[in-house]
Amino acid sequence: MNPGYNYAFLDEGSKKEIRRKILKAVAIPGYQVPFGSPEMPVARGWGTGGIQLTLSLIGPEDTLKVIDQGCDGSVNAVNIKKFIGRVTDVRTTTDTICATLIQTRHRIPEEPMTDKQILILQVPFPEALRTVEPSETETRRMHGEADYSRLWLYLYEDIVKFKEISIGARYPVMVNGRYIMDPSPIPRWDIPKLHQAETLYLFGAGREKRIYAIPPYTEVRPLEFEDFKFRVEEFHDKVCLRCGSRNTFLDEIISESTGQRTYFCSDTGHCDKVLAAQEGQPS
Amino acid sequence: MGYVAVKGGSEAIEYSNTLLNYERIKGGSAPLEIDQIRDQLYLLVDRIMGEGSLYAPDLAALAIKQSAGDTLEASLMVRAFRTTLPRIGYSLPGSAQKMRIIRRISAAFKDIPGGQILGPTSDYSLRLLNFELCQESSKTKEESLRTLLGELSFPDPNQEPFLESFPKVIEILRKEGLLMESIPRHHLSTDHQRTVFDLTRQSLTFPAPRSAQLQAMARGETGGLLALAYTNMRGYGDIHPVIGELRVGFLPVTIRHPYSGVPYHVGEVKVTEAEIIARFVGKEGPPKFTLGYGLCYGQNEIKAISMAILDRAMQTEEPQAVSENQEFVLSHIDGIESMGFCNHWKLPHYVTFQSDLDRLRKARDQEEFIGPLDGELS
Repeated sequence: MNPGYNYAFLDEGSKKEIRRKILKAVAIPGYQVPFGSPEMPVARGWGTGGIQLTLSLIGPEDTLKVIDQGCDGSVNAVNIKKFIGRVTDVRTTTDTICATLIQTRHRIPEEPMTDKQILILQVPFPEALRTVEPSETETRRMHGEADYSRLWLYLYEDIVKFKEISIGARYPVMVNGRYIMDPSPIPRWDIPKLHQAETLYLFGAGREKRIYAIPPYTEVRPLEFEDFKFRVEEFHDKVCLRCGSRNTFLDEIISESTGQRTYFCSDTGHCDKVLAAQEGQPS
Repeated sequence: MGYVAVKGGSEAIEYSNTLLNYERIKGGSAPLEIDQIRDQLYLLVDRIMGEGSLYAPDLAALAIKQSAGDTLEASLMVRAFRTTLPRIGYSLPGSAQKMRIIRRISAAFKDIPGGQILGPTSDYSLRLLNFELCQESSKTKEESLRTLLGELSFPDPNQEPFLESFPKVIEILRKEGLLMESIPRHHLSTDHQRTVFDLTRQSLTFPAPRSAQLQAMARGETGGLLALAYTNMRGYGDIHPVIGELRVGFLPVTIRHPYSGVPYHVGEVKVTEAEIIARFVGKEGPPKFTLGYGLCYGQNEIKAISMAILDRAMQTEEPQAVSENQEFVLSHIDGIESMGFCNHWKLPHYVTFQSDLDRLRKARDQEEFIGPLDGELS
């Protein structure tokens, strides 16, 4: 551990403040709770919200997994894991099942998680209504009054223009029938995993200084119309070239040699596990 | 192979960090000493302390060295260090009247009580490159210092006592009843306006009290503040500021003793303070003058003046220009937030882009859709 710094970097007062805000967020599912969000030794926009949540919750008994875009080995995930390791000495893993805390950017692991685990999502834009309203004063009022007509209208206009809701990632959801929430830029593929999940989902936006949560067994519905349903990404008959999975979110990769489009699992931890099982190795 | 490209981060990061350090030390020159940076690049140190929100000249100098002079990176290092320090107390309100002044000017009045003191400023220097500085050595530096000190005449403190305190220029207006202390903000509760906000512990919500507004600007990025204040000066706004007083000097800091409760002096901080005067015509009563206030660490006059102009602009009763919109200004002036977010676009966005690709392809598949979407994506 780094001498000269408190366990998990933050001073205990700051950790306590963050934990209080987490409790408030859990008590009001989908509601954005403002918090102080002190600067981390990592730049804003690089996971500082997620890092603060992780650091305020982590203890010596924890096992940490960090993923970026589904991948444990991605540069920023590695960097965050290294930093947290330096200030806590905590065990790390790439196996979703073994982790007690998972910090993630833009993905929810493919393997279902349990009530013994917490998933911490890094959030660049906590405000789902920002697409239709730039002012924070105004969006807070809109949430307060559950005045969501402009977002619904946006979806409707999208259908008029494109015959389809054109939102890719960051698909807005209605939480507990009350607050429209930005699920962070996870693909639509991951949206159904938020609904009635066993796991606690925490969302941290460091730059925008907001914390919000989806407690276990909460109603989470993507916004959709009766005649225009929410749909996840289609990969048709594509399979992961590495592990052969047909039911995972895939990264599209252009082969350097042939120029052909090939596909691989975005969740690398899961891909490794499937591969190991096929080769008869314990994962 | 494509799959490997996203992996192998650990090693690449190690090498990248090593290379970064190599770039800083690869030249043949002697290593920069912290005290050289602190003494000779003091304006840069001042700026980092302000934007880093921590008054610590040596730490700011270290950050400048470590970041190879990148102001945003250096401020981030200082602020991240600040995060690890517990909040042990608050200083007591002080008056800038007690400032130990090194510079003090007014653009509003020619003769001011206590007199105008030009002090160190580059305002009237000719910006000609001084090639003699290329040859500067410790020896020539000491010689110049000796000559300089020899030429200067210091007043005899027995004959001409040094002023401990300089009256504020704006007092002249205040006595005449021409000054409105601040424009009342009806949408904020009195409580909200009276208690001092702590930006280091709370996040901004709008409308923000003036104390939050001033704190956010005091740690704002100089260039960002200047750009927004300049929009107002140039025409997107209408406050027509006059610099009532600009002060640079050392401000005493007092805190209350945690046990005895007795106020005591803990030191002083170098600050720049700007008070700008602008006319205010309200819906009721005769026209008056109002103040815009700016204060920041070190000598950074551009920042203090920009801050004062924005402070005044944001008090406009019916905001129209961007510089008058509190949420707009305060949400965009923090250099550490904006630099981090600007840099974050370099992170992989494979998943989100994949999701967008899926939507785009889908939209193009809709038979009736005829749009200008040509390209290689289908």
